[in-house]
Amino acid sequence: MRIRKTAVIAAASSLALLTGCGAADMTKQASPFANAQGAKTVTLSVQSWVGAQSNVAVAQYILEHELGYRVDTVQVDEVPAWDALSQGRVDALLEDWGHPEQEQRYVKDKKTIAAGGGLGVTGHIGWFVPTYLAKQHPDITNWKNLNKYADLFRTPESGNKGQLMDGSPSYVTNDKALVKNLKLDYQVVFAGSEAAQITQMKQFAKEKKPFLTYWYSPQWLFKKVPMTEVKLPPYKEGCDADPEKVACAYPHTPLQKYLNADFAKKGGKAAAFLKKFRWTTEDQNEVSLMIADKKMTPEDAAKKWVDSHESTWRKWLS
Amino acid sequence: MATVTANPPRLGLPGLLKNRAVQKLFLLALAAAILVPLANARWASGTWPSALTVDFSEPLAKASDWIIDNRDSHPLFLYFFGHVSNVVVIAVRAVYLTLLAVGWAGVTAIGALVAWRVAGVKLALGTAAAFLACGLLGMWVPTMQTLALMVVAVLASVVVGALLGLAAGLSDRMDRMLRPVLDTMQVLPAFAYLLPVVLVFGIGVPAAVLATVIYAAPPMARLTSLGLRGADKEVLEAVESLGSTARQRLLTARIPLARKELLLGLNQTIMMALSMAVIAAVIGAGGLGDRVYQALASVDVGAALAAGIPIVLLAVVLDRVTGAAGEKLGAEPEPHSGRGWLFALAGVVAVAVAGRLAGRLDWPDSWVVGIAEPVNRAVDWMTAHLYSGVPVVGGTADWAGHFTTWVLDPVRDGLQALPWWAVLLIVAALAWVIGTWRTALTAVLAMAAIGVLGVWKPSLDTLSQVLAAVAVTLVVGFAVGIAAARSDRLERALRPVLDVFQTMPQFVYLIPVVALFGVGRAPAVAAAIVYALPAVVRITTQGLRQVDPSVMEASGSLGATSWQQLRQVQLPLARPALLLAVNQGLVLVLAVVVIGGLVGGGALGYDVVFGLAQGDLATGLVAGAAIVCLGLMLDRVTQPTERRAKKGA
Repeated sequence: MRIRKTAVIAAASSLALLTGCGAADMTKQASPFANAQGAKTVTLSVQSWVGAQSNVAVAQYILEHELGYRVDTVQVDEVPAWDALSQGRVDALLEDWGHPEQEQRYVKDKKTIAAGGGLGVTGHIGWFVPTYLAKQHPDITNWKNLNKYADLFRTPESGNKGQLMDGSPSYVTNDKALVKNLKLDYQVVFAGSEAAQITQMKQFAKEKKPFLTYWYSPQWLFKKVPMTEVKLPPYKEGCDADPEKVACAYPHTPLQKYLNADFAKKGGKAAAFLKKFRWTTEDQNEVSLMIADKKMTPEDAAKKWVDSHESTWRKWLS
Repeated sequence: MATVTANPPRLGLPGLLKNRAVQKLFLLALAAAILVPLANARWASGTWPSALTVDFSEPLAKASDWIIDNRDSHPLFLYFFGHVSNVVVIAVRAVYLTLLAVGWAGVTAIGALVAWRVAGVKLALGTAAAFLACGLLGMWVPTMQTLALMVVAVLASVVVGALLGLAAGLSDRMDRMLRPVLDTMQVLPAFAYLLPVVLVFGIGVPAAVLATVIYAAPPMARLTSLGLRGADKEVLEAVESLGSTARQRLLTARIPLARKELLLGLNQTIMMALSMAVIAAVIGAGGLGDRVYQALASVDVGAALAAGIPIVLLAVVLDRVTGAAGEKLGAEPEPHSGRGWLFALAGVVAVAVAGRLAGRLDWPDSWVVGIAEPVNRAVDWMTAHLYSGVPVVGGTADWAGHFTTWVLDPVRDGLQALPWWAVLLIVAALAWVIGTWRTALTAVLAMAAIGVLGVWKPSLDTLSQVLAAVAVTLVVGFAVGIAAARSDRLERALRPVLDVFQTMPQFVYLIPVVALFGVGRAPAVAAAIVYALPAVVRITTQGLRQVDPSVMEASGSLGATSWQQLRQVQLPLARPALLLAVNQGLVLVLAVVVIGGLVGGGALGYDVVFGLAQGDLATGLVAGAAIVCLGLMLDRVTQPTERRAKKGA
């Protein structure tokens, strides 16, 4: 009996110890690995695709070598990144593909996240076939003819339908609804991660096999596996409002940056720099190719780009 | 066996019904004959009837919104979770800064000297080599981050686990309450509870540490309770007769008697915690796991391997050192052991101070060896040559295609075509024949819960993948296990290979698996086989080796051939071990269903990944719960009566 009593007392007192000393705001906690050697630290979130790695690599290089910050990076998907940004776990998200729901909640209602301006890159999602296939069958690039070619895209996974390959679950996609609403004889197969999707596309391309895939630009893989977009019914403002009834193409989205609201106010030079950070699709692709294709470390790739584009990034520092 | 003798065969029944299994099936058939027409008349449908599902998506979405909106204002968060999170951050930071301050030379020296004192010279050299290898791979700082996180997580798990184990070991009521919880935790895939933890604590180290503690504490609790309950009754009576109080008995007799189990618990906890290192990276744990995860994004197997090797090395070293410590416990204490520790301490201080004075706290950049490029070239070569067009046997892509069309599709379609009550009946029959009516009831309820959650179809899809993967794992695992049990040399050669595959983070081999088998369910099955195979091989080998050598000799002297010996003596006698292998195979395969979702496995695994990526609690949590139910069902179905009985002892 005595043991149980002591256990209860111990539990109660440790609880009191934990809770007794005032409020602890979780939003004010940084990573335990930050500021390790007494430097000012900025934490950037990296999304799982290489373009996002390129943004972060270049920003990190300039923050570290020109402005004297220490930079921590955290790999996290977009939606959780919004949450982490709101809590101050990360200071900036450099490439967002449009999340109106999150924007409403955090930027407009809670005001814990501040818009950081455009990245300068325009993103576009679409359906793609490899260019070697488009050359063989020029009419394949219109969705109306896709059913005619469904047999070409059959795989064991899609059974007796054609396979439309989708990627990571974190990406914005309406493909299931599109296939249904456009009455296409296709099965959406989710690769589950971008790594798996890219690996599969490269294997297909090596053997010049036909494939149809959800893909997006800017993306470094276009330089390795040239692809042609399949035309879907044109995008009109609001045609994707009801996710069940979508029957149109994806929009062209100017990619946005977001900063933690406190960091945006008090982040000093780092925040000012990240707000001005703005480059082009070509710039981003240059760095991405170095990372993904030449297998350079993001740091080396960033250094190479920074060394040869001084006029571009000088403007971000003024 | 007890259950068999407890029910003497009833007289007057036909001979067939004397068989226990047939009796059970007969009763079940009787129950089915009454219930099925009723159920079928009421809810006539092939899949789980929609009238019997409960939609959890709205309350879950509401709960998720409430947490996000109140996280920075509600007292529960401010005064409880906030402090928990704070303590974790401060603790991890303290350990991390200490590790950095000691420097690479100091950390290596500490590791080696502790290993020397606990486990001898050979392991000390191994430990030092492992730490240096982490540095050489250019992973020193991430290794220290992971180590800091592990130290805190393991300490917390040990404290929590030991307290729970103490409670369960001392009180029968606590034991009855905790046992089903711990049983469930064992089949709970780690991914399933990342989402709720993240929702409360946000991305980052606190969430990662807590997820690790939830995952790693149960074995400690289990083994502590086992150790306390297993203490020799006579010794305890002797201590009691000396007039000691309950507390004295606990401290002087029961806990010291249980130290072997306690150390085994520590060992298990460390291994579980390390296996979470990479999974926790998905929610922002940083360290080695994050490097693996980032390498995955740029499809860079070599870089992923460079970060994966330190995890394997840490795991193997920690496993061996704690294992050796456990074995040494029984032995006589060495003379001058105090002096040995003193030497060790002096050595550490000397090395650390030397490192500091030399200004070499960080691992020097020029000492880093890049392995990424050659590894990538090797993987490219392999996948290019094996993928397709291999003469006679066909490429791996063809195998994967055939496996999907001829095995996975029929099994999945077959399961999904079965009426829902038929699935429940099959589960009940299997579980009852192998186990008891209790296990059968739990299994049926778990399966029914899946239907109620409204994920019947994807769950059967996942089940078909699990069954296919387990079948292949068992065929290969038993074959290799039997071979290893018969040849010492093969067993020794296999040991490091099994070690590597058991501890290598699964993210590292995702890309090669896709490159070989394409995207879909086939690579998901392949990844599961790679993960579950080592355990099955180990258990099989051990089970066969434990067969009494005198029985083997006797059968040998009677002129049995080696094949006859195996089939008629060894395998029947090792039956409990083989059943355990089946059980473990199932649990392990299910644990990587979520990983399968990352390579196109679809179904429940994909839903969990989707929930995490989109912050969608409804999808992710329901799919996670369904995986747990599947795990419970499969565990109970394959749980032989003997194991139950042994646990109760």
